Amino acid sequence: MTPALLIFLIIGTVAVAASILVISMRNPVHSALFLLLTFLCVAVLFVMKGAEFVGAVQVLVYAGGIMVLFLFVVMLINVRHLPEERVLSAFWKGGFAVGLALFILLFSVVRPGAYADPAADSETKLKTVSTTRVRRGHVVRRQRVEGNSEAVAMALYRDYLVPFEVASLFLLVAMIGAIVIGKRELSAVEEETAPDFILERAETEKEVKEAFGG
Amino acid sequence: MVEAAPSTAAYLMLSGTLFTVGLIGVIIRRNMITVLMAIELMLNAVNINLVAFSARLGSLEGQVFAIFIITVAAGEAAVGLAIIIQLYRLRSTINVDEARELNG
Repeated sequence: MTPALLIFLIIGTVAVAASILVISMRNPVHSALFLLLTFLCVAVLFVMKGAEFVGAVQVLVYAGGIMVLFLFVVMLINVRHLPEERVLSAFWKGGFAVGLALFILLFSVVRPGAYADPAADSETKLKTVSTTRVRRGHVVRRQRVEGNSEAVAMALYRDYLVPFEVASLFLLVAMIGAIVIGKRELSAVEEETAPDFILERAETEKEVKEAFGG
Repeated sequence: MVEAAPSTAAYLMLSGTLFTVGLIGVIIRRNMITVLMAIELMLNAVNINLVAFSARLGSLEGQVFAIFIITVAAGEAAVGLAIIIQLYRLRSTINVDEARELNG
């Protein structure tokens, strides 16, 4: 057993165990922390496959950004005020059946050894930066082996420039949408007449209305 | 490291397991925040697939698409969490089963 395989087994086991804990914890904060562990394990797996840049983005965006967003929302929504209730939904049996069916399906498709032979120079190809420039009327193509980040940057900013811009537009729209949806809307009368301390203290619109006596 | 790393099939199996766990979480949980976390798990499992095949084929497309999926996941999490906050303001609950106005 090679060291790489050993690391893969350990990290993969931790990732699967943490993901199972994510969906089985009652407290969302615990779920979020186990989700963080899963993301970090997946980042290690990315680096093992020669995708250093994607691993770094995974840590920065997922473990840094999205996780902070989740924890913010968990703390905005006061979990202790929620009534004690069942964790599982009404159709949990169907959920497990669908999951089992998908699991069997995926494992019958993926057979060990079916994808055993990677291309011989695949590792170098992931680090190859190919540039094209016009010099004295001739197209000069040049390939040199650099880091994975530079190769991904060339692919992202040159071959996939339009999808990249579309993605940035998507992020802008998502940001505007999140702000518009998440804004607290009170009617004009309520905003005029409500004393400041009620507006500051009340967490939900219902509480504001109750403070006004229904 | 790529040659010594475990095979693509091992990565696909791990990815399939994570995806299944995420799908089960989406279906069986009632807490909406946990459902959103399970969706993130599924997106991450797909990313593992893309990176594994990128390494096997020696092509960067898989990694580029993994980056796009991470972008989409970030936007989806932001909008989803905003919806959860608004639902909590209206209903004082984040239970999936309680939000059934559109159920006909």
